[in-house]
Amino acid sequence: MEMIAPLIFLALLATAGFLFYKKATLIKKTILLGKSEIQYDEPGRRWKQVLLLALGQKKMFKNPLVAFLHLIIYAGFIIINVEVLEIMIDGMTGKHRVFLPFMGSCYSLFINVFEILAFGVTAVCVIFLVRRNILYIKRLASNDLAGWPKTDANLILVVEIVLMSLFFLMNGTDQALQNVQAPHYAPTGSFIVSSMLVPNLSQLPLDTLVLIERSAWWLHIIGILAFLNYLPYSKHLHIILAFPAAYYSALEPAGKMKNMPSVQNEVLYAMDPSKAPTDAALPTTFGAKDIFDLNWKNLMEAYSCTECGRCSAACPATTTGKLLSPRKIMMATRDRLEEVAQNIHQNNSFVDDQKTLLHNYISVEELRACTTCNACVEACPVSLSPLDIIMELRRSLIMEESSAPAEWNNTFSNIENNFAPWKFSPEDRENWAKEN
Amino acid sequence: MKVNTMAEMMASGTMPEYLFWVGCAGSFDQRAQKITKAFSLILDKVGISYAILGKEEACTGDPARRAGNEFLFQMMAYQNIQVMNAYGVKKIITTCPHCFNTIKNEYPELGGNYEVIHHTMLLQSLINEGKIVLKEGGAFKGKKISYHDSCYLGRANNIYEAPRKVLEILDAELIEMKRCRSNGLCCGAGGAQMFKEEEAGTTRINIERAEEAVATGAQIIASACPFCNTMMTDGIKNKEKENEMAVLDIAELIAESMA
Repeated sequence: MEMIAPLIFLALLATAGFLFYKKATLIKKTILLGKSEIQYDEPGRRWKQVLLLALGQKKMFKNPLVAFLHLIIYAGFIIINVEVLEIMIDGMTGKHRVFLPFMGSCYSLFINVFEILAFGVTAVCVIFLVRRNILYIKRLASNDLAGWPKTDANLILVVEIVLMSLFFLMNGTDQALQNVQAPHYAPTGSFIVSSMLVPNLSQLPLDTLVLIERSAWWLHIIGILAFLNYLPYSKHLHIILAFPAAYYSALEPAGKMKNMPSVQNEVLYAMDPSKAPTDAALPTTFGAKDIFDLNWKNLMEAYSCTECGRCSAACPATTTGKLLSPRKIMMATRDRLEEVAQNIHQNNSFVDDQKTLLHNYISVEELRACTTCNACVEACPVSLSPLDIIMELRRSLIMEESSAPAEWNNTFSNIENNFAPWKFSPEDRENWAKEN
Repeated sequence: MKVNTMAEMMASGTMPEYLFWVGCAGSFDQRAQKITKAFSLILDKVGISYAILGKEEACTGDPARRAGNEFLFQMMAYQNIQVMNAYGVKKIITTCPHCFNTIKNEYPELGGNYEVIHHTMLLQSLINEGKIVLKEGGAFKGKKISYHDSCYLGRANNIYEAPRKVLEILDAELIEMKRCRSNGLCCGAGGAQMFKEEEAGTTRINIERAEEAVATGAQIIASACPFCNTMMTDGIKNKEKENEMAVLDIAELIAESMA
């Protein structure tokens, strides 16, 4: 067994790594189905966004209590990875607590930091489960999350609690085994949280203790590897994609809409035909009807969204009972992306499925409710932009389908003919200055 | 009131410092016209040289672009930029955050490069320079005023302080609404919503916002956008508070207080 364990471990690690790599590559390929039309310059300012938004979680602190709770899980996740490193080395070499000889008496301090964090993570996960399932915090109990998204959210929290419990059980049995001077279990000193388990564990026979310790150790690391492979199917993917999302988030004033150079040129050539090149090709589509028409940043953002719903809680349309919910825009985009990826996977290239993001996933009524107020982008901790997607779909509705409410058509014709959205005579524009 | 147009100025061989971009609401909407007049009054009193485009001004294209009609937006932008570039316009001042945002952020890549400021920004710098002198015992002294953030000034362009700084000189009691600054709640007019019926919901956005405004107990809701002004006025009427509360633009508050 001692010879074979590292081999099994390596096989597990390689399998998990390979599966994750494969899925990650697929997601990257799916994201790159989007257009690349924007230059992402100014790396200095972009790295600053990563530091502030992703690493520093600046916007989370609009709600300090929740931000603090989230920070515990986040810090726990990052720092406990150091312990996972030791576990990995142990697994590959067949050693036990490989850092111990190097760290000596500091080792228990080292593990105690993880145990305190792990305790914090467990406690916060319980609080988060309560917020979702008992307190029914509005943005977490919304209909947006009905079905799988709700299960996904709860599953993440439960898995984290299980992983942390296995970590404590592993350390607790280890200490109980140290107490009876079992071979292979070198003394580490007491661990602050798991030592509380020791009195109960000590009553168990040695064989059972070893069995529990080994099982907890294996289940813990298998759990971590399985969780890694669960990420790409879950909203929890944000722990990775929040970083690129922050990097690529807009640096320009939020009020600026993306220009459409193709339309700009069309108008220019119409106004000034001498400027028109003889071989000017008309753009094939205007705006976005499906995910292929969005840019890859939009698509990456759909995968980065963790469905927290801060956007929808801030959205004037959502909060006044309109059909629109910016969170749902992100979720619908990801759902459609997954469907397209599946389609491509099955058919080697995309085969028309008579569906589009517009209409099949996002309805006209939703799009019509947006006031472009930017509250969603502002509320998003990593500044994802549901607004960008909404605007691109609106462009498709108007320019591809000529679908507008009658009042908007009147507005358009007033702007075109009277140079104002209302039907006033342009001759009267300066009349206000003549009256007193 | 005598307001010069750019054409008149050019004919007389002079150039104003500012082009005052009045905007469609400021030009045609009866309520917004009062804001336009109040602001021109301030400009006159302070002695700022400005002119308007008059008949040569056209919609910036903001509502068309946000509704999704990029062609119409590009047409309007092209036309406006041609006119302004022909006059050699350098500095633009506007009382409408939507015009402000479009000309400042969206015209440059179409060939229209100007220094664009919103009237609350100009008022703030005039106050800082001591050029705005108020009457003794100002009309709004001690009154409760709550400022409603315009999305296109606030979140869109990060202008939160200028309007508030201007209000400070009124010696009034400034109260914030529950959702303010970057958390400010939209009035419901943006994104071309002003020009269509609101989608079906449980309440209207302007009513929701008016409720927050009423909750402050303020006598005056200060606005910095003609569309917010309309929306808030309607919302307050809906709450039957129009006799206790007034919705006034910051330019109107200053104009009425000036010596």
